[in-house]
Amino acid sequence: MSLGAVFAVAPALPLHSAGKYVAGAYIVFVAILLIYVGIMATRLSRTERELAELRRDVEAQRAARDADREREPVA
Amino acid sequence: MTTYGRGLRGLSLAAAATITAALALTFFYAPLDANQGFIQKIFYLHVPLAITALCGFVFGGVLGAMYLRTGDRKWDIRSYVAIHMALIFGIGTLLTGTIWAKASWGHWWVWSDPTLTSFLIVMLLFATYQPLRFSIEDPERQSRYAAVFAVVAGAFVPLNFIAVRAAQAYVHPRVLTLTGGNLPGAMRLTFLVSLVGIVLLYVTLWKYEMAAKATRMQVRALRRTLLGEDSVAPLKRSAAPS
Repeated sequence: MSLGAVFAVAPALPLHSAGKYVAGAYIVFVAILLIYVGIMATRLSRTERELAELRRDVEAQRAARDADREREPVA
Repeated sequence: MTTYGRGLRGLSLAAAATITAALALTFFYAPLDANQGFIQKIFYLHVPLAITALCGFVFGGVLGAMYLRTGDRKWDIRSYVAIHMALIFGIGTLLTGTIWAKASWGHWWVWSDPTLTSFLIVMLLFATYQPLRFSIEDPERQSRYAAVFAVVAGAFVPLNFIAVRAAQAYVHPRVLTLTGGNLPGAMRLTFLVSLVGIVLLYVTLWKYEMAAKATRMQVRALRRTLLGEDSVAPLKRSAAPS
């Protein structure tokens, strides 16, 4: 039996509306996944920003320490 | 230190491959349901999502019990993420379920159906988990109370499930039973592949979120170690463990 014939005998719903609902359910699933991945991407970029800030602060601290060491008189 | 990112790539690929296989089986292999026709294809998404969400709540309860037993905060974070992920999967279950209900029964929601209503009760119960956490400022107390909640609510899930199964079904069909159920072989295979795919997706996202949280905490700890306690801004009040 061809797929079209199977569809034709499916009694519960007319196909044009069934396809719409099935597509809707799967689109909802994909949309939830995309929203979640989007939120996680935002959080990841925040962590990257914090890491870059930390690197900057550590380098600034190291530069200040080196400058202090150069100023110290040699005995 | 636990590295949650380990194995994440392989797990992600396995989840993607299984879900792709499940979609192919759903639309090109599984026969059309004699009663519902094409609309029954939602079953292969809706039911695995529901099973995974309910198991995720129980998993959160088990992890909460581990926190109460050990007092180690890592179990609290794991429990929090497990419940958070289960809530997301639960929302997916409710949305796909209402679409299926509308198409199949002509109503977005049927209050007299015990399966629908009980799932909503479980969702509403776990929806209070985050506000509960947020309402407690002290991190230790927050973790302890949240773990107790996770254990009690997690234990409620199987009890609720058994009660609903024991009740007379109104309109929700029973296709999965301990004696084999009413699913023909091709439909059963498609369902099982879909279930494995959704479970793998849950585990992948759980590990992904755990890895993100662990990285964030490590950055804060590193800042504290390298630049001193004052360099770290105090955490704002949050429902998430920190």
